[in-house]
Amino acid sequence: MKKIEAVIKPHKLDEVKEALHALGVTGMTAYDVKGFGRQKGHTEVYRGNEYTIDFVPKTKIELVVSDDLAPKVEQAIIDAARTDKIGDGKVFTFDCVGAVRIRTGERGDDAL
Amino acid sequence: MPAIDTGSTAWMLVSAAMVLFMTPGLALFYAGMVRSKNVLSSTMHSLFAMGLVSVIWAVIGYTLAFGPDASGVIGGLKSLGLDGVLGAVTGTGTSAIPTSVFAMYQGMFAIITVGLITGAVAERMKFKAYVIFAALWALLVYSPLAHWVWGGGWLAQFGALDFAGGTVVHIASAAAALAAAIVLGKRKGYGTEEMRPHNIPMSVLGAGILWFGWFGFNAGSALGSGQLAGSAFMATNLSAAAGMLTWGLAEVLTGHKPTVLGAASGAVAGLVGITPAAGFVGPMPALAIGAITGVACYFGLRVKSHFGFDDALDVVGVHGVGGTTGAILTGVFASLAVNSAGANGLLFGGGLALLGKQLVGVGATIAFSFTVSFIILKLLDSTMGIRVDAETEAGGLDVAEHAETGYEF
Repeated sequence: MKKIEAVIKPHKLDEVKEALHALGVTGMTAYDVKGFGRQKGHTEVYRGNEYTIDFVPKTKIELVVSDDLAPKVEQAIIDAARTDKIGDGKVFTFDCVGAVRIRTGERGDDAL
Repeated sequence: MPAIDTGSTAWMLVSAAMVLFMTPGLALFYAGMVRSKNVLSSTMHSLFAMGLVSVIWAVIGYTLAFGPDASGVIGGLKSLGLDGVLGAVTGTGTSAIPTSVFAMYQGMFAIITVGLITGAVAERMKFKAYVIFAALWALLVYSPLAHWVWGGGWLAQFGALDFAGGTVVHIASAAAALAAAIVLGKRKGYGTEEMRPHNIPMSVLGAGILWFGWFGFNAGSALGSGQLAGSAFMATNLSAAAGMLTWGLAEVLTGHKPTVLGAASGAVAGLVGITPAAGFVGPMPALAIGAITGVACYFGLRVKSHFGFDDALDVVGVHGVGGTTGAILTGVFASLAVNSAGANGLLFGGGLALLGKQLVGVGATIAFSFTVSFIILKLLDSTMGIRVDAETEAGGLDVAEHAETGYEF
């Protein structure tokens, strides 16, 4: 099994989710994060005080899929999340050594 | 028993309630500008003042401020515990209102003045120390000042004009705020760490409530319903509006975007500026006062970076600079045609006489409030310490001082 983590632009979450549904992916986790890579931050001014905001709001998604599905998932995320503008994000793939469905106790690919 | 005017009484009852409403409004205005870990601490400063100062005012604050004058410096203790207030009448003719209403109205001013100071101490003052400071300040600074300006004391006799509290409320609180910022010291990380407002919509709601309540603050200072209340109401709105516009203009002309916090702050600045002038100036001068004060306060914010004190929420920059600007402009724009109990300012045939008196009023207020505040704070600091420890400051005061969290997402 592979765990795939992706940092994407928040407004791309729905598109990514739809693309993964189309592949037959049955679940994922998403949460709000902030981060930066090469994308510069911006300046905000409050009562004359300037603040450089390095971090940009992003969305992180995580999902665990079977080994054969992983490359397709990675590509689907890339295609759905890309805007060709700086700050599109990154996709990371890790080995996942165990997965269990809590309700039923199913293990491995049966848990996905 | 002399008759009361029911129209004036009704207006003053409403005004008193409106001024009280300004304090929770101030709570929102300030709290939105601190970091979320301190939202409750900031709120508590204003909220608790409503309880603490209400009681102190009733027991002894009112009589010290408005008791029969003793050598121009203080009222006596004749109305200790509001003795004799019920059933008595203050004012005459169409401005005759129950003394109870008058006493309550004035008390609301004491409450918010204490609340205003807390902008400077945000995010690092021990709550216990704040409570004791607030109580002492209300008694030793506010009541005497209120007496000098409104209770028949020496500044009133001298002829300085302060319709609704430019000195007593705004300059006094700013001078105290400066003393507090100096004694407390800067917040850890000031200048390097990000300390942004955490909830600007909250601050805007607060500013809106302040603007609304300020009609009670200024127009209610006519102490009756009639032409003077009308002109003060008008001057108040015009100054707030002009202040908002010129602050925004100043932002844009200095190369920034027009901000929401700036628009709200500009309105507040205009309101501060018109406070001493509201019942003495006409509508166009009110526009001018708001416009000038808006710009003055916009640049007044820089004062703290120049002198290196951490006035967290700009009490000095807005209430100090604004109150002083307004007091001075009262000396320029006051007109006997608007209020025959006032005087003529520089542009209305009065020469420099009134202007000179205004400066004395400003100077006396700053000197008195700063000095007494500084002494109180130094005493408190040397006995109980007024600043929280480093760990509390880092983790936020809400959890450490109040065992509460503002937001649970």
